[in-house]
Amino acid sequence: MRFAGLALAAAALAAGAAPAQERAIPSGELKSGSAFLGSDLRALQNDAFANPGMLWVERGEKLWREPAGKKNLACASCHKDTSMRGVAASYPKIDKASGKLFNLEGRINQCRTERMGAEPLRYESEDLLALTAYIARQSLGLPIAARIDGAARAHFETGRAAYHLRRGQMNLSCAHCHDAQWGKRLLSETISQGHPNAYPAYRMEWQTMGSLERRLRACLSGIRAEMLPYGSQEYLDLELFLAWRAQGLPIETPGVRR
Amino acid sequence: MAARIQIPREAKRGDVIEVRILIQHPMETGYRHDDVGHLIKRNVINALSCRYDGVEVFRADLSSGISANPYVQFYTVAEASGDLEFTWIDDEGERGSERQAIVVRG
Repeated sequence: MRFAGLALAAAALAAGAAPAQERAIPSGELKSGSAFLGSDLRALQNDAFANPGMLWVERGEKLWREPAGKKNLACASCHKDTSMRGVAASYPKIDKASGKLFNLEGRINQCRTERMGAEPLRYESEDLLALTAYIARQSLGLPIAARIDGAARAHFETGRAAYHLRRGQMNLSCAHCHDAQWGKRLLSETISQGHPNAYPAYRMEWQTMGSLERRLRACLSGIRAEMLPYGSQEYLDLELFLAWRAQGLPIETPGVRR
Repeated sequence: MAARIQIPREAKRGDVIEVRILIQHPMETGYRHDDVGHLIKRNVINALSCRYDGVEVFRADLSSGISANPYVQFYTVAEASGDLEFTWIDDEGERGSERQAIVVRG
């Protein structure tokens, strides 16, 4: 019996599944950020015309077909139009060739620099947000399914440590609010579970579209902690941990948030 | 300035149709400061108008109280086949326009 149990545990590890008790929020209690919105914002998000994030999705569709760089290639030169369905749900992901962890933004820029001979798009630029949103939109409704096995495991562990690290003048970790206090009020706002499934998202506070990393920076600023530069490794690892934490939640890009 | 318009492609004469427009614009309020403390000049879309088959059916004077990327929705009566043409202008004098055709039967 004991041996069988070990074999099962080994099988679970091999499949990249972490034991259930590691999850602070069990799968059955996962709630997307949209569950913590008022009905007006939720309606705005679900209205595919009025959702302001769709302006970026449309722009992304144009960019997808626009040739760029020395080789005069567009994304559409290699990728078929609807071929990106499901892709966003699997990111952040290990790139097999380089063994590095990429989020969707990083993957787009890797394709631009290595395959198109184009300049990388600046993080948080309108163009990068637009392309990311266009690609992620194609996974609308699909469950987040990032893998944490193999080379991703070390990134996952670093990400988990980053999530639980106390930071800043308020000496808080992500877990203090988003695991322990979600659903309660922080001044006028309801604390969400902190899931990444709607990004890039249109935030009312920003009055524009922003990436998941911009949202992470906003949280760090809120607890008066140091904000890291865009695209830094710690953010990437944290994004992977967040994706695992939100495993099964449907993609909502472009989300509308407060 | 990108914009999206949504109207029915077809309607019966006399139908009340819903017209929706979403315009990408920062709607800079004129009350914000930049990173070095300088006031950012106000720049909002101050006038938006819609002509249906050449006749103005809707006009709005917008101001700094309207959020970025303004969304406007109104209703009009389908009278004849033709274009709904939106035009707008912001404080810096930049103009935008977008049009879409509707086919009216009966």
